[in-house]
Amino acid sequence: MRTAFEVNGKPVAVEVEPRTSLADCLRHGLGLTGTHLGCEHGVCGACTVLLDGEPARSCLIFAVQAEGARVVTVEGLGEDAALSPLQQAFRKHHALQCGFCTPGMIVTAHALLSAEPEADEGRIREALSGNLCRCTGYVGIVEAVLAARAHYRRRP
Amino acid sequence: MTANRYIGSPVERLEDLRFLRGRGEYVDDLERPGLLHAAILRSPVAHGLLRRLDAAAALALPGVHRVVTAADMGAAVPKIPIRLQPMRELEPYHQPVLAAEKVRYVGEPVAVVLAESPAVAEDALDGIALDIAPLPAAELLFPAAGGNLAVLYTAEKGDADAAFARARYRRRESFAVQRHTALTMEPRGVMAEWDAASGRLTVYGAAKVAFFNRRILATQLGLPVEAIEMVENDVGGGFGMRGEFYPEDFLIPFAARLTGRPVKWIEDRREHLISANHAREARAELEIACRSDGTILALRGRIEVDIGAYTRTNGMVGARNVAQFLSGPYRIPDIHVESALHLSNKTPVGTYRGPGRFEADFFRERLLDLAAKDLRLDPVEFRRRNLVAAHEMPYPLAMLSPVEKKDELDSGDYAMTFERCLAEIGWDEKAELQGKLVGGRWHGLAIGPFVEGGAAGPAESARLALEADGRVAVYVGSSAVGQGLETAFAQIAADALELPMERIRGVFHGSTSHVGEGFGSFHSRAIVMGGSAILMAAERLLAAIRAAGAERLGCAEEAVEIADDAVLAPGKLLALGELAPLEAEARFDNDKHTYTYGAHAAHVAVDPATGHVAVLDYVAVEDVGRIINPLTLKGQVIGGIVQGLGGTFLEELVYDEEGQLLSGSLADYLLPSASDFPAIRTVLLEHARAPNNPLGAKGAGEGGVVPVAGVIANAVAAALRPLGVEPNELPLSPPRLWALIEAARDPASA
Repeated sequence: MRTAFEVNGKPVAVEVEPRTSLADCLRHGLGLTGTHLGCEHGVCGACTVLLDGEPARSCLIFAVQAEGARVVTVEGLGEDAALSPLQQAFRKHHALQCGFCTPGMIVTAHALLSAEPEADEGRIREALSGNLCRCTGYVGIVEAVLAARAHYRRRP
Repeated sequence: MTANRYIGSPVERLEDLRFLRGRGEYVDDLERPGLLHAAILRSPVAHGLLRRLDAAAALALPGVHRVVTAADMGAAVPKIPIRLQPMRELEPYHQPVLAAEKVRYVGEPVAVVLAESPAVAEDALDGIALDIAPLPAAELLFPAAGGNLAVLYTAEKGDADAAFARARYRRRESFAVQRHTALTMEPRGVMAEWDAASGRLTVYGAAKVAFFNRRILATQLGLPVEAIEMVENDVGGGFGMRGEFYPEDFLIPFAARLTGRPVKWIEDRREHLISANHAREARAELEIACRSDGTILALRGRIEVDIGAYTRTNGMVGARNVAQFLSGPYRIPDIHVESALHLSNKTPVGTYRGPGRFEADFFRERLLDLAAKDLRLDPVEFRRRNLVAAHEMPYPLAMLSPVEKKDELDSGDYAMTFERCLAEIGWDEKAELQGKLVGGRWHGLAIGPFVEGGAAGPAESARLALEADGRVAVYVGSSAVGQGLETAFAQIAADALELPMERIRGVFHGSTSHVGEGFGSFHSRAIVMGGSAILMAAERLLAAIRAAGAERLGCAEEAVEIADDAVLAPGKLLALGELAPLEAEARFDNDKHTYTYGAHAAHVAVDPATGHVAVLDYVAVEDVGRIINPLTLKGQVIGGIVQGLGGTFLEELVYDEEGQLLSGSLADYLLPSASDFPAIRTVLLEHARAPNNPLGAKGAGEGGVVPVAGVIANAVAAALRPLGVEPNELPLSPPRLWALIEAARDPASA
């Protein structure tokens, strides 16, 4: 069946099976392979995207449920030529190693700081606790998100 | 020319530019026209005789292309050989790539479905009728071999029995570490393409030891090694688990050749938990002998390691290490420790970061604390007294048999890192909290010194190529598993060539096309071995540039100077790129291990009402010989510590009596999350250069994980000392600890 929604600001229409997850649709239907699948049962958070502005597990959503929605993936969070301030902070604080959880982590952190630019360390750790990382031990990730707050405070 | 601009600097990673924007390329990101998707039918029972397999219903499904079974492999189903320290006596236990007659664990591959989409392939698994006559789990797995004991290792030094006979103090105790696993965030995956016209096979998703795996695959498929190219894509975590040769590493290339179409298989998480290597399950019965002043005299005992249903490529490593490294950083003159490898109807084991060492450190550090308590010695002073001193280096380790190889601690000032760690955690100020109930929680402190082995031989290769634009491409046999090799190697190459890092066009690693022979990444070896090979290749490239420059400029080689992008002689200048193409390859051979060392200390608070342990402060002090990139080094150490905390508190692969895995999802198998362990600090030093490699570096990938369980368990024991709780089995999960606390409070109810 056909479903239409917006991805990273552009309208898309794709042919999917009713059972196709949004994650599979993004990855294999639309070639947006930045969204990763680490568990396919909603625990690891690697597949996190923004669905109408809210972080959501794209492995637990059918593509057809995104009909008419605005979807933002990691590919839609940076600028073409440069890293976003959040991405720069991740790089500076060594908040990633293998990079597999990173897209979901970036999307979750972006959603958090967009809503709560004053989030303290405890709140950041709580908000990120649904995104599993096996490499970093989270220390660098939390430092990066703390450091990126300044940028989100300045945004209109 | 300024030497050494990059090594030692916190250079931001080159890899991050693609990973942060979703531009990494992992194996599941690859697509090919005509791609077939594989799903693996796995045994649903732990032990049984395979009587019948009927795939008719699966084949009738639209979109199903083929079902591959052992019958497609002719007379003999290939088996997976042992990579590290193969032994003849282990041959009966090698795993066939597909079960033909008997299944021995839940998850063992039985058939492969090939279909036009992953979903259809998975649908078709339900259409295969499997008739298995069950056998009791844990019955003899290989009746012909006579028993489930695969092999017995012995670590021997001096005469332990004589030392025990003389000793006035002895303490014997039992300990256990639970089965857990590396659990990388990216599941495993393989894609294979067969080109019938040229007879060439390309395999994507290679990792860790691509060259070795290529040799296995070539033998199994009857192909020349050169006909196979193994390609290393971006890799979502290794930790010892990924990149070993698994059944799928044969099955997918085999299917591609059989069908003539590209085939991809991506593991799902449940599959991962039942099929990727498990690790760490061991029970120990150990005994220590000391003088009454706390001098350790001897160590002996036996460790039973459950290796699962087959040996796989490196299932013995943890079991050998747990015996040989039980002595850790301590001066112990007499040792006799046996390690018995037992087969069981569980998923086979392999290495997981700090294999055997995590377990050994838990056993040893607990035993030392118990001995200190018996002898009424301060556990800090007790440890201090027994550390190997700097002047005793190199210090011999116990000799391991049947694979005898002399090994020794290479260099270091163990007392220095120990004292530094005490100072960093604020031991003297916090010591008064030991065993105190503050705000409803018991507080405890512990410290544990450790060593981390690195730099396994035999060699590593690197090739440096000067290109027409004056940049240099670095090719290396080491594998990237997410640890940031591209950046670290670019730093090493840029310093060695005295070039700005921007002029290193890229670091190309892992794949079999880059160097003649590569050895990969395991045993904390990539920086030491690959880095040293790059240093040697850089020297050769510089010599080649000088020689070619001298010829072009018409001067003596000694008169040639290389400055950034130019080659200069008095009054003459040539763009560096004009000398391209120019290449140099080098191989660094090494048969001596490095021993990174240090100490970890923890301050914990135990809630007696719930059994929950809060890690209030955790400090790691580690001397790695030479720091290439302090940013990525810190990442390695902290990441290792948190994995260790996961293994200490959370992670457990639980089986029932029928051999069914009960913790088969990430809702059941618990990983540390961002809110679990907020307080971790590191002090990273480069005090004792490694004596046996030109970089002076020691391995650093595994040290973080090694001492964690021992330190935490001792801190918990210190906290609960007034109750007399001695946690000798992992994981220290809230229910287990709560039960120990309750039993200590009310022995009658226990």
